[in-house]
Amino acid sequence: MAFILALAEQDGGKLKKVAGEVASEAVRLSSALGASVIGVTIGAGAATAAAQLGEFGVGEAIAIEGASVATYSGESFAAALAAVAKEKGATVMLLGATSLARDLLGRLGVLLDSSPAADCVALKVEAGKLNARRPVYAGKALQNVSFGGAVAIASLRPNVFAATKVQGKTTTVATIAATAPPARCGRLIERVATGAGRVELTEAERIVSGGRGLKNPETFAKLIEPLATALGAAVGASRAVVDAGWRPHGEQVGQTGKTVAPKLYFACGISGAIQHLAGMRTSKTIVAINKDKEAPIFKVADYGIVGDVEEVLPALTEAVKGMK
Amino acid sequence: MKITVCVKRVPSTTARIKIGADGRSIDETGVEFVLNPYDEFAVEEALRQAERSGGSVTVITFGGEAAGKELRTCLAMGAHDAVHVTADGSARDALATAKILAAAIQPTAPELVLFGRQAMDGDQGQVGLMVATLLGMAALPDVVKLEIAGGTAKAEREIEGAIERFELPLPCVITCNKGLNEPRLPNMKGIMAAKKKTIAVVAACAAATTTTVAALELPPERAAGKIVGEGAAAVPALLRLLRDEAHAL
Ligand SMILES: Cc1cc2nc3c(=O)[nH]c(=O)nc-3n(C[C@H](O)[C@H](O)[C@H](O)COP(=O)(O)OP(=O)(O)OC[C@H]3O[C@@H](n4cnc5c(N)ncnc54)[C@H](O)[C@@H]3O)c2cc1C
Ligand SMILES: Nc1ncnc2c1ncn2[C@@H]1O[C@H](COP(=O)(O)O)[C@@H](O)[C@H]1O
Repeated sequence: MAFILALAEQDGGKLKKVAGEVASEAVRLSSALGASVIGVTIGAGAATAAAQLGEFGVGEAIAIEGASVATYSGESFAAALAAVAKEKGATVMLLGATSLARDLLGRLGVLLDSSPAADCVALKVEAGKLNARRPVYAGKALQNVSFGGAVAIASLRPNVFAATKVQGKTTTVATIAATAPPARCGRLIERVATGAGRVELTEAERIVSGGRGLKNPETFAKLIEPLATALGAAVGASRAVVDAGWRPHGEQVGQTGKTVAPKLYFACGISGAIQHLAGMRTSKTIVAINKDKEAPIFKVADYGIVGDVEEVLPALTEAVKGMK
Repeated sequence: MKITVCVKRVPSTTARIKIGADGRSIDETGVEFVLNPYDEFAVEEALRQAERSGGSVTVITFGGEAAGKELRTCLAMGAHDAVHVTADGSARDALATAKILAAAIQPTAPELVLFGRQAMDGDQGQVGLMVATLLGMAALPDVVKLEIAGGTAKAEREIEGAIERFELPLPCVITCNKGLNEPRLPNMKGIMAAKKKTIAVVAACAAATTTTVAALELPPERAAGKIVGEGAAAVPALLRLLRDEAHAL
C-alpha cells in the first residue's frame, strides 16, 4: 500500500488552519495516486490534535509524542518525522509552507534523500506521479517540478489549497514515541508571543497594507489599523515603510518579507514595485488605493480607487463598519 | 573563529524574466546578475562576527564561471578567502547543490556556516538546512539576531505570531534573514584588495538530482482590473463590487 503523509501542524492540541488545507489536499490526491492518507501530528498535544483530522476526511493518524519532541527543535522533529516516513514507506509527504516547514523541509530532504519542492501553489497527478507547481523568481515565473526520488516532499502555500470539511468521519489515532534526537540539536529557550490577538499575516483571509503614501507612522496607524480592525484583517506594510522604522519587520510583505495569499488584499499608498508584488500577487482579490493613476499597483489590482488615502480610507472604514 | 559563508549569483530582483529556448530555464540575455540579497546579510554577519572574535571568513559559491564576479564582491566587502566550486552547466536541485557544498565545506572545518534565507531565483530556502543535516550540525533558519559566545550561538527568529530564541552548539548553521544587519558596501580599498586575492577553484563532487524542472512558464496575466472611481465618492461602488462581484466581503 502506498501512503501519503499529511503533516498537520498543531499547537498545544489544536490544529492550525493550514493543517486542514494540507489534509484536504492529501485526501483529494489519494485516489489519483492510489494511496491512502495518514495524518501526522507531532509535539506536545499531538494526539489531541490528530483526533480532529476526521473533520477533513482523514481516517488514520499517527501522533508523535515523547521527551525528544516535547519542546521544539528542528533536528528532533525532522528526525522523528523521517523515521515515520521510512517506517511507513511513504511515497508522498505534504506539509504547509510555514515557519515550521522552513525549518523541516531541507532536513527531511536529506534524511529521505529526495529534494523537496517548497511553497507549492498546485499539485497534480500525471501518469500516476505527483507534479508540483511553484512560483520562482519572486513569482515572475512558475516552475513545474517532477519528483524522481522514492518520496515526493512538498510544502503547500497557506491559503491557496481549499480546506474541505467532511461529515461523520472519525480518525483512528496511533500515538507513538519519537525516535531519539540527533547528537547535535538546537534548544528552544523561549517563545514570546507578538501582536497578541491579532490575525497572523500569512494565515489572514484579509490584509490591509500601507506604504510610503501614508506619510508617517502616526497617519499609518490612524488610517490603516481601524480599517484592518473593521475588516477583521491583518496589517501589512511595504519595505519602504519597514525600512523607515514605521512598522516592524514582521509586517513586511514582498520578496524580502512575507509571501501572502489572502482572499482580499488592500494596497494603500503602495506604488506596486516588483518586489512588493512578489509577496502578494497570488492574492485572490486585490484593491489598490493610490493618488497616482499611473502607479504600477493598478496593473495587478482587480479594483482601484484613484485618490488620497487621507480621504478614502476614513470613508472606507466607516462604510465597512456600516455593513455589519 | 572560522566562518564559512555560502553565496549564490542570482538575477537582480528588477530583472525581467523571459523563458529560455529549452522551456525549463530563463533566457539570461540582458539579465543583470547580483549577489543574492539575503547572502549579503550572511556575508555582513560573518564579517562582524569575525571582527569581534578575530576570525576569518571564507566565501564559497557553486556555479558557472561568471559567479567569480560575486565572489569578488564578497572579497571586496572584506571576506578573507574565496572558493569557487565549478558547475558544468547541468541543472542541480537543492539536495544535489547541498551535497556539493557540504563536500566543499567539510575540509575547511568551520565553527559557523552562514547562508542566506533563500536564493532569490528558486526561492526554496532549503540548502542551508540540508548542508547542516549532511554535516551533522545544528541549524536555525531565518535568523534576525545572532550572538556567539563560549561555544554557543544564541539566535532569534520570527515565526507566525511569536519570536523564538534558540541556543545552538557550535559548529552550527544559521540562515540569515532581513533585519539581522545592514550590509556594508565595498569601498575602494576593499575593491583594490579583492583584485589581488586568488580564488581557489575546485571541481564539484558527483551528486545526482532527484527532481527535475519539467517546465518553466510565465504566470497567467491578471485580468485587467477596473478603476472604480476617484476619491471617497467611489467607496460605495467599491464595496458593492467586492461583495457582489468578487464575493470577497
Ligand atoms: C532586493 C530588494 C528587495 C526588496 N524587497 C521588498 C519587499 O519585500 N517588499 C516591498 O514592499 N518592497 C521591497 N523592495 C523595495 C521596493 O523596490 C520599493 O522600493 C518599495 O516597495 C516601495 O514602497 P512603497 O510603495 O511604500 O513606496 P513608494 O514607491 O514611494 O510609493 C508610494 C506610493 O504612494 C502613493 N501616494 C503618495 N501619497 C499618497 C496619498 N496621500 N494617497 C494615496 N497614495 C499616495 C504614491 O503615488 C506612490 O505610488 C525591495 C527592493 C530591493 C532592491
Ligand atoms: N549554488 C550555490 N552556491 C553557494 N551557495 C548556495 C547555492 N545555492 C544556494 N546557496 C545558499 O543557500 C541559501 C538558500 O538557497 P535556496 O535553498 O536555494 O533558496 C542561499 O541564500 C545561499 O546562501
